[in-house]
Amino acid sequence: MATNEAAPARPAAATDVAATDVAAAAAVVAATTGADTRSGTSVSLRELTRVFGATRALDGMSLDIAPGELVALLGPSGCGKTTALRIVAGFETATSGEVLVDGNDVQGVPAARRDMGMVFQSYSLFPNMSALDNVAFGLRMRKVGASARRNKAGELLEMVGLSAQAAQFPHQLSGGQQQRVALARALAIEPQVLLLDEPLSALDAKVRLQLREQIRTLQQRLGTTTLFVTHDQEEALSMADRVGVMRAGRLEQVAAPDELYDNPATAFVAEFVGTMNRIPGTLGSDGSSVTVLGTTVPVQPGGPSSGAVNALIRPENLTITPAENGNGIVFLRTFLGAVSRITVLLSGDLQVLVDIPSTTAAAMVPGASVAVGIPSSAVHVVPAAG
Amino acid sequence: MAAIGEYAKQGWIRRAISAPPGNPGARVSRSGRFAAWRWVIMIIAGAYFLLPLYSALRFAGVSGFGSVFTTPGFGAALWTSIQISAMTWVITMALMVPTTIYVHLRLPRLRVLLESITILPIVIPPIVLTLGVLQVAPLDLKATMWLLGIEYVILAMPFAYRAIDAGLRSIDLKTLTEAAGNLGAGWFTTIWRVILPNLGTSVLSATVLIVALCLGEFTMASLNLVQTFPVWIVLFDQENAQISTSASILALVVTWLFLMLIVTIGTRRARRTGAGEVTLFTVSANTTTIGES
Amino acid sequence: MAETTELVTAPGSQAGPGAGRVTRPARLPKPLQTVVSLLGVLPFTAYIAIGLFIPLIAVLVGAFQNSATGAWTLSNIDAAVHGAYLHGFEESLELSVIASVIPGIFGLLIAYAIFTAKGTGGKALRQVVITASGVFANFGGVPLAFLFISGLSSTGLLTGWLNDIGVNLYAHGFTLYDLFGISLVYMYFQIPLMVLIILPALEGLRPSWREASENLGARSWGYWRFIGGPVLLPSFVSCLMLLFGSALSAYATAEALSGGTIPLTSIQIGTLINGNVIATGVNVGKALGLGMVLIIVVVMTFYVLLQRRAAKWLQ
Repeated sequence: MATNEAAPARPAAATDVAATDVAAAAAVVAATTGADTRSGTSVSLRELTRVFGATRALDGMSLDIAPGELVALLGPSGCGKTTALRIVAGFETATSGEVLVDGNDVQGVPAARRDMGMVFQSYSLFPNMSALDNVAFGLRMRKVGASARRNKAGELLEMVGLSAQAAQFPHQLSGGQQQRVALARALAIEPQVLLLDEPLSALDAKVRLQLREQIRTLQQRLGTTTLFVTHDQEEALSMADRVGVMRAGRLEQVAAPDELYDNPATAFVAEFVGTMNRIPGTLGSDGSSVTVLGTTVPVQPGGPSSGAVNALIRPENLTITPAENGNGIVFLRTFLGAVSRITVLLSGDLQVLVDIPSTTAAAMVPGASVAVGIPSSAVHVVPAAG
Repeated sequence: MAAIGEYAKQGWIRRAISAPPGNPGARVSRSGRFAAWRWVIMIIAGAYFLLPLYSALRFAGVSGFGSVFTTPGFGAALWTSIQISAMTWVITMALMVPTTIYVHLRLPRLRVLLESITILPIVIPPIVLTLGVLQVAPLDLKATMWLLGIEYVILAMPFAYRAIDAGLRSIDLKTLTEAAGNLGAGWFTTIWRVILPNLGTSVLSATVLIVALCLGEFTMASLNLVQTFPVWIVLFDQENAQISTSASILALVVTWLFLMLIVTIGTRRARRTGAGEVTLFTVSANTTTIGES
Repeated sequence: MAETTELVTAPGSQAGPGAGRVTRPARLPKPLQTVVSLLGVLPFTAYIAIGLFIPLIAVLVGAFQNSATGAWTLSNIDAAVHGAYLHGFEESLELSVIASVIPGIFGLLIAYAIFTAKGTGGKALRQVVITASGVFANFGGVPLAFLFISGLSSTGLLTGWLNDIGVNLYAHGFTLYDLFGISLVYMYFQIPLMVLIILPALEGLRPSWREASENLGARSWGYWRFIGGPVLLPSFVSCLMLLFGSALSAYATAEALSGGTIPLTSIQIGTLINGNVIATGVNVGKALGLGMVLIIVVVMTFYVLLQRRAAKWLQ
């Protein structure tokens, strides 16, 4: 096995949160699904590092996945999430670190013998086999008899709602149908771990939503430990028990979706998840408070303590009221259904987005003068770019 | 959805499935095994292709290479081949480029027919074609290089068509033409300034193939009694095998260098404009290059 | 989610110049329109007709005509399927089979070897081999014959080397001028041809299939047996068809090697053209040509059908 490298210093938030949250997550999963989590499989990634020449695709990533849990790895392209998944699957090897399945290191085990089911991004169905044969393939490799295979595959196709397409070939199926067959195929072998590599990215928006639900429902009923990679935050937030936000090969934060949204641990997470306004502010003398739009509020730890800064505030947390001599002018009003998003021009060429219920948005016509205010809770600050 | 519940409760398959055990230490170095096999193949292939070249070089010797350029007939034969190449190139381009563009724009339904026609020169062996040509060719053209040039166009046509067709498809001809027209360009301007510049790599591909064809084609040339370069090489072999051999190798090397040069220029050009790379030997479901002629 | 926006728009936006001022030319009636548009392909059609179809028809028709009188006869066909000419067909077919199957397999192996090579070294290898294949695939004929004569003739350099290590080729009956020898030479352009035409099919083999099969428990053998092999098979066989056609049509190499003495159909046709036999036998050559064309048409039909099947899966 590769030698251990000294772990570089990184924000305390990541792994400590992960370790303590696992037990909590396992309890939540057990409560909501009723699945027998004691029989499920736990997966642990320990200090995974993957180096290609000068690039560090993964940099000391650690994650514990509880039995029956669905953890989503979320991040921009190049952040290492797919690399991590592929290392777990066995298609790539880590330069250092461990992958433990139920406590056993599986790095020496070839991919074919890892008992994990994987769903790829697209085009992974075998073109020369019908849907049924595709689903039965894993069973065939495990020497299951022909009629048993067919029955089992048929059951699984029914589970994903494609019994009628059993005899059809992949090129006759739509993208959404193909991915459902791929899911059935991965589940047919009753894997210990389910791995999903951006399975919905190549699909239409509507199909994506339907499949999201289906995957989540199936996963919960079966209680299969799942690792799900995506760059779509909406997908991650809506499907996962916990989400790990990654950047440049490291986990910035691992937490339940609401925790991630309300209490982002770092500025990157704050801006990556949901929409975020950056509003210039002035730090107080000791750096523990910041004055933004005339209001002084405390600062979240972890940011700069001096210099020019921007405060990160969510659109729904800003207040907006019509005012004769307010600090801003309405530039644009976008109707989004229940909520309307108001783009306000503040002094200094600054634009902010404010979300308000559409019922109260009538007064916000373009050109109207308004006053925008911030809430009194602590905010994240980031250095203002030059 | 009832099936899910049943499935979750039943574990009957697990009894039938022999769970693959984790087996640390049994890791197969996949890349290692691959590499060995790959080396073996490449070494055998290398030997097969390079040894005859080497033996020919040894046979020809320095003297062969030295005197080949001054050998009587060499210059004349080479010049004949060059002239024929030029003639073939001009006619092929003048014929195929406008026709292909026209069919793409105006007669898209004819494309399939066109593709089928361009298979014909491959399906009909050149020897058979020569038979027919000799039968029907007018007397003054017989045994002249002009007849050969005319017929080589037929031989080159499939490749030229393939190359230009691929080039047109990659630039979405229809949209570009409509955009040009919308901006006020007439037909000539559109073709000259918009379409042709984008066909650069295709024209390059076709040129390369035409040159290779003309420098290597023996069947039609010899039977038409025209002394092109390859024909000269064979005839001269009676007199001096060494010189013939060196001439052959020279032809091979020159063709290769020419190809590499054009590919490099083409790729550099393509990188700049973002167009596709020069596909030397475009093959599709309908046609292909063929070995010797 | 529906979105509506209200923008503060700049006043005074105008339509583009010349819009609506172009007058349409009067349109011709439909059938005439078709004829006019077909005029565009007239040069091409005319050229093909003169350069390709007329000679072809001359051959097909002449096969049934008496060389001297032009009267209709089946004697050419009769001569073509008997005796020396039948022997020629047999030899040609046998040669084509050998010179397509063996290079086919070897070409596939080479293509796969370079296709799976990784890294910058792999990329360079691919470039070199593909360019080399392009050159060698078109190389055949005269120069090729010389290469092998200088190497493997009875006084050839390589023959000498093999003698030195104790392998006496010619004592074992080897010669460049029999079927085996010629197919050995043919492989020089058949193998590169195979590499070029099988590469697109290999590129159609998606890596996700390989990984998915591995994930489901299949090792290399399992993958090739259930997925890689079956998917590649139609393409492979269709490429063999192409190689077969190429070997059958070949003339120059065999001619340069043997000077016209090997009994192959293409050589025999060449002999008849050169007038080495009595002039009244020329149309027998056309009958031979007809036979060749028929065989190749059958082969190419299979090629196209198999390619269609392959395309369906590899798309």
